Amino acid sequence: MIKAILIFNNHGKPRLSKFYERYSEDTQQQIIRETFHLVSKRDENVCNFLEGGMLIGGADNKLIYRHYATLYFVFCVDSSESELGILDLIQVFVETLDKCFENVCELDLIFHVDKVHNILAEMVMGGMVLETNMNEIVTQIDAQNKMEKSEHPPSPHFLGDLPIFLPPSLSAQAKRGWHLLEAFPLPTLFPGEDQPSLSSQESSSSLMCTLMTALCTGQPGWSGRSSSQSCISSKEYESA
Amino acid sequence: MALKIVKGSIDRMFDKNLQDLVRGIRNHKEDEAKYISQCIDEIKQELKQDNIAVKANAVIKLAYLQMLGYDISWAAFNIIEVMSSSKFTFKRIGYLTASQCFYEGTDVIMLTTNQIRKDLSSPNQYDTGVALTGLSCFVTPDLARDLANDIMTLMSHTKPYIRKKAVLIMYKVFLKYPESLRPAFPRLKEKLEDPDSGVQSAAVNVICELARRNPKNYLSLAPLFFKLMTSSTNNWVLIKIIKLFGALTPLEPRLGKKLIEPLTNLIHSTSAMSLLYECVNTVIAVLISLSTGMPNHSASIQLCVQKLRILIEDSDQNLKYLGLLAMSKILKTHPKSVQSHKDLILQCLDDKDESIRLRALDLLYGMVSKKNLMEIVKKLMIHVDKAEGTTYRDELLTKIIDICSQSNYQYITNFEWYISILVELTRLEGTRHGHLIAAQMLDVAIRVKAIRAFAVSQMAMLLDNGHLLAGNMQRNGICEVLYAAAWICGEFSEYLQEPNQTLEAMLKSKVTTLPGHIQAVYVQNAAKLYASVLQQNEQAGNKEAAQEITQMLIDKLPQFVQNADLEVQERASCILQLIKYIQKLQAKDVPVAEEVMALFSGELNPVAPKAQKKVPLPDGLDLDAWINDAPSESSSDDESPKKMIFHEEEQRNVRHRQPELDEDELARRREVRKQEQANNPFYIKSSPSSQKNYQDASGVDHIPVVQIDLTVPLRVPGLPLSDQYLKLEEERRQQQKQDRLKKKKKQKKDKGKRRHDSLHTESDEDITPIHHVDIITEEMPENALPSDDDDKDPNDPYKALDIDLDNLNPMKKGRPLTDNEKLPVRTHRVTEKKAPEVEAASIEDKSKKPKKAKKEKDKKKDKEKKKSKDKVSKKQKSAENAAPEEEIVTPTSKAEESEKPTGEASDLDFWLSPAPVQSKSQSEPHSNEVASEPEETLKENKKEEDAKSSKHKKKKHKEKSKEEKKSKKKKHHSEEEAPESVQNGSLDDEPLPPMSNYCLLAEDSYVKMMYDTQGNLQDGSQVVVSVIFQNQSNGYLKSMEFNVLDSLNTKLVRPEGSSIHDGISVPFQLPPEVSNEARFVFTVKSIMMPQKLKGTLTFIVKTDDGSSHEKLDFKLHFTSTSYMITTPCYSDAFAKLLESGELKMCSIRVDGINISFQLLLAKICFHHHFSVVERINSCASMYSRSIQGHHMCLLVKMGESSVSVDGKCSDSSLLENLLDELRETLTELLSCCKSH
Repeated sequence: MIKAILIFNNHGKPRLSKFYERYSEDTQQQIIRETFHLVSKRDENVCNFLEGGMLIGGADNKLIYRHYATLYFVFCVDSSESELGILDLIQVFVETLDKCFENVCELDLIFHVDKVHNILAEMVMGGMVLETNMNEIVTQIDAQNKMEKSEHPPSPHFLGDLPIFLPPSLSAQAKRGWHLLEAFPLPTLFPGEDQPSLSSQESSSSLMCTLMTALCTGQPGWSGRSSSQSCISSKEYESA
Repeated sequence: MALKIVKGSIDRMFDKNLQDLVRGIRNHKEDEAKYISQCIDEIKQELKQDNIAVKANAVIKLAYLQMLGYDISWAAFNIIEVMSSSKFTFKRIGYLTASQCFYEGTDVIMLTTNQIRKDLSSPNQYDTGVALTGLSCFVTPDLARDLANDIMTLMSHTKPYIRKKAVLIMYKVFLKYPESLRPAFPRLKEKLEDPDSGVQSAAVNVICELARRNPKNYLSLAPLFFKLMTSSTNNWVLIKIIKLFGALTPLEPRLGKKLIEPLTNLIHSTSAMSLLYECVNTVIAVLISLSTGMPNHSASIQLCVQKLRILIEDSDQNLKYLGLLAMSKILKTHPKSVQSHKDLILQCLDDKDESIRLRALDLLYGMVSKKNLMEIVKKLMIHVDKAEGTTYRDELLTKIIDICSQSNYQYITNFEWYISILVELTRLEGTRHGHLIAAQMLDVAIRVKAIRAFAVSQMAMLLDNGHLLAGNMQRNGICEVLYAAAWICGEFSEYLQEPNQTLEAMLKSKVTTLPGHIQAVYVQNAAKLYASVLQQNEQAGNKEAAQEITQMLIDKLPQFVQNADLEVQERASCILQLIKYIQKLQAKDVPVAEEVMALFSGELNPVAPKAQKKVPLPDGLDLDAWINDAPSESSSDDESPKKMIFHEEEQRNVRHRQPELDEDELARRREVRKQEQANNPFYIKSSPSSQKNYQDASGVDHIPVVQIDLTVPLRVPGLPLSDQYLKLEEERRQQQKQDRLKKKKKQKKDKGKRRHDSLHTESDEDITPIHHVDIITEEMPENALPSDDDDKDPNDPYKALDIDLDNLNPMKKGRPLTDNEKLPVRTHRVTEKKAPEVEAASIEDKSKKPKKAKKEKDKKKDKEKKKSKDKVSKKQKSAENAAPEEEIVTPTSKAEESEKPTGEASDLDFWLSPAPVQSKSQSEPHSNEVASEPEETLKENKKEEDAKSSKHKKKKHKEKSKEEKKSKKKKHHSEEEAPESVQNGSLDDEPLPPMSNYCLLAEDSYVKMMYDTQGNLQDGSQVVVSVIFQNQSNGYLKSMEFNVLDSLNTKLVRPEGSSIHDGISVPFQLPPEVSNEARFVFTVKSIMMPQKLKGTLTFIVKTDDGSSHEKLDFKLHFTSTSYMITTPCYSDAFAKLLESGELKMCSIRVDGINISFQLLLAKICFHHHFSVVERINSCASMYSRSIQGHHMCLLVKMGESSVSVDGKCSDSSLLENLLDELRETLTELLSCCKSH
């Protein structure tokens, strides 16, 4: 069972919180803070598992997290979940976000937390993994979006697509700078023999530095994410 | 700039939307809280508007604020409004927000029931989907009960998208409403083979979660899972199944054997690390469950360890972590194979990743041996010094203590070394585990007699330097060790060389800054110490010294009398007065030492921490019964931690112990030590001048405390103390080895022929402890119960799901679902009235649990019996062949086999046991279940398997008796164990065939109706009729309406406002081949006579060709039995009832019955709602009560071939009618007997 899914940024600001067990709002905030504290002080090149989220459950529980550019994705799970499986699930989640938001960045999560919730709901339900096939998830999300659109013919309000209102340059820059999948480790969990194994995080951290500078100086760069990579990953996943 | 433009454009359109809110919050970083409260006010305004779009917009904003930690429960009703919008967009928003903030305590949540039900049956799959997703987050017991049936229907939905969600949510429903598990299970099982892989995966997921908590109930699914495992290619499913097998194998070793090969293949073939890892994990579980060694086991272990080593050596930290994690599991059973990788694990201790270091620490725990303990601990001590974070350092500290103290200090060869390690650990600053060290000091000092002298000397030193430790005043800080030190010095004061000095140290004014409980121990032990000093002085005839010491105490104690801590005050003033009195006596030259010593005399033994729990309950003790009328206040003996045990004792039965080492022993030890010291180049020889005073006391000169330079407390120049011991120990071992070699050489010389050719490697056993250590075992009460269920948590929420799921299929065999197990079906308003009854039933059900568990075994047998009967009828020949054959196959288990009915092996047993010898025809019935099973693999180990299986059966046997014991224990006060008498319906001696009360109501080609009637306990005038509708056609049955012609006496309860001619619509539709149950409530006036009501069911059959109206007439029979309610009655109450003489009497007699009495009683209990009051031989008294409160007593006697029933009841006509029905049942039995 997954007990909770948390997304927060490098400063501990929550971007999404989904608890599959009842906690009061105060406790939830406390958990987020504590989790951030635990996770953020870890180096980039240590393992992605953490024992002892004190607030959620007992010794049976683990925190499994991944760090993408500016965001931490943290799953709190019990022992019935496969550690590596969850790591992969996080990957699928982020890739799905990437597909649905087209080059996802933190801003997307900030302004469309409801959409993120909807995507998550197609993957995890009540703490149990519902679907791991990215194409299936995207299909369902698309179908629902279509329904939504048919109910509300596009009006500025319900379009809800922020970049439309942004001047193209700003939009492009924002996207470029914060793109999550840009600097993230290659697909991991069901790696083929020729795949590098889990930790390409080292490179990712250096990438991140470059990204930050790129953002600050406003330089273009790091724009072209090799979409083929993520395709490989998803295919890899299905075939495995 | 751009943002402003955007904001403006949207403001014009509408109120703030979510994006605006987010943007606003970001723009108001300084006064966020103020801005948000302003937004909440706006939201409140928006919620007041009628426009649902505005409301939805407000609600989604609330969902965002919830994430930021704002309580939005005040908007629960508005959220429900948005949920009930017909537009998907809004509905989704509503459900999303509800899932974020609704929980069991949300009071409006019950308002959602109907809305959710409507959404579940919506034609739009996304409405359904969104409702299921939402519900999965906030399902409550009530919602689960009310919606279980709807969700169950969705499990067979045409769209896989809905099916998989419905399957998953069932787990949540089971958790909240355990009664739904049995009825839903068959369908859940069916979904394991769903054509859609998503649904399949969901079903696997749910069953894995269920089985994780109560694995034994799911053993029977093993063949199915095995098939899935060998056929599935979905890694998620595979991982789950493999994890599930890991949980099942401990219960069924044969399963493990079957698994090893496919798992090994997977390990070799898969490239997915996650799968590989889980396979390794499960193989480990299998190997753990197989205690006896199969030849290829070591190969499997080797494979696992080898794969894990690869993981650990991987540069990827995740794999390293998991490798260590799995390694620790192997360690438990196969420590040897892990120990060879010690290098690797010690290397991990240096890893920069804390998680990995902690894992490595865990592993070390299991890897120590006598040989390497000191070395490993030394390494850990280095890490302690290096560790920067206190958490990690504390973790190291606890691990060191754990490692050393494990299995009763098994690996410690030198306790002096251990004490010095503990003393060294006291140097840790800022630790929170002072109490752990203290507890260890106490434990070792008390339980290892030989070490006391040394321990006391070390503790005295600690006390002398107590001020160094006292800097850390926090609770559980390192100052806790002073508690132990003071106590040890006081208790074993006879070993002190400088009691005066120690006594002074204990009474220093610095001490008053210590925490209260430590001061209390100081004061108490100062008194003990004083007693022994007094004695010494008196014996030496040194009166002045004695008076001096008394005076010192009188001077120093008052500082404690003024202490803020009550305990300290009390003890100090008590002891002060005592000593003042002693002073008076001393002034008169009266020898007092003897009497003072007597204050503290008495033997002290350590008590096991669980001792209190293990005290057996004395016969006849009923703690629930009142002894007096007044409520008695019992002080509960809660389990105290080790420290407290000593703490308590020290107050009560502390006494003095005479030195008990006999001279020989002492001399011998002294010799040994001297030799050691002489051989040890690192040993710092004591210089007689500076240390003289330490060596004066006889018998303690061997104590190495002399090495310590007191000017630098706790630190020896050069090596730390424990290191010296390490060297010492190495020396000693070297010496021993040489001695042994010498001896050997001698032997060789002496007996040239005899060759112990094995090169003598130093193994654990060869290392003799330096002391002959006598570890005193902890005391247990007499007749301690050998219970091992100490650790079970009675409040485990998953316990409720421990439900036997075999024998489920109601149509074929086994225990059918009883009516209180049926899922409640939405009927009409009456359901709500009925709710308490359902609950009562479920409570009753729960209270029967232990019995059920006990019956489980019998039931299995039943099933077997039944099955073999089936076989007889179908394939008589083959079954007959099979029986003797089986006996040949398992000659070893003949004895057990003969006790059991033939065909004992259940499906699972069959699947697991080696099949080859059985004739083909016999294995056929199973073939569908064994389909893809690789039978060849089984043949090889056949013989072993046989032995194994018989072993297993024995085990089972044991388990069974254990179980029985347990359940007996549970109900020990309800069951007085008279040899032949059974009370209160405990009819579990013999297997009982399955029974059902449902009888046919009417049937045609479309529908079949079965019904059962039951009295309503709550309402004396109501009877509930449960009707199972079974669709027998291949069309849909819709708009079913149930109607009866009311009689004067009996009326159908209809919804308010409808006339007596209206029918009640059945609240469900039936897809082809599906059955469901509805309940109808009737009111009755008189229950004296049985009743018959005519009725009609009208319905629409919808097939591919079109639809047609149909109707079916029936006659509803209310028997007298249906007015009876099973009520337990105790024999004394029963006797009183009979004596009262108010009951009318009537009797019947049926001849020619020769079934077992057990079965007969069961039939009466089941079909006529009676309970057994008492049973003696072939005579039993039974009791029941009508819904209107008539008592009904039966005396059932079984003769040679006849049964006579005497009945007594407060109403004669009721009795007569009931006995008539009873006679019918018995006659049916008669015909049954004959036909058999």
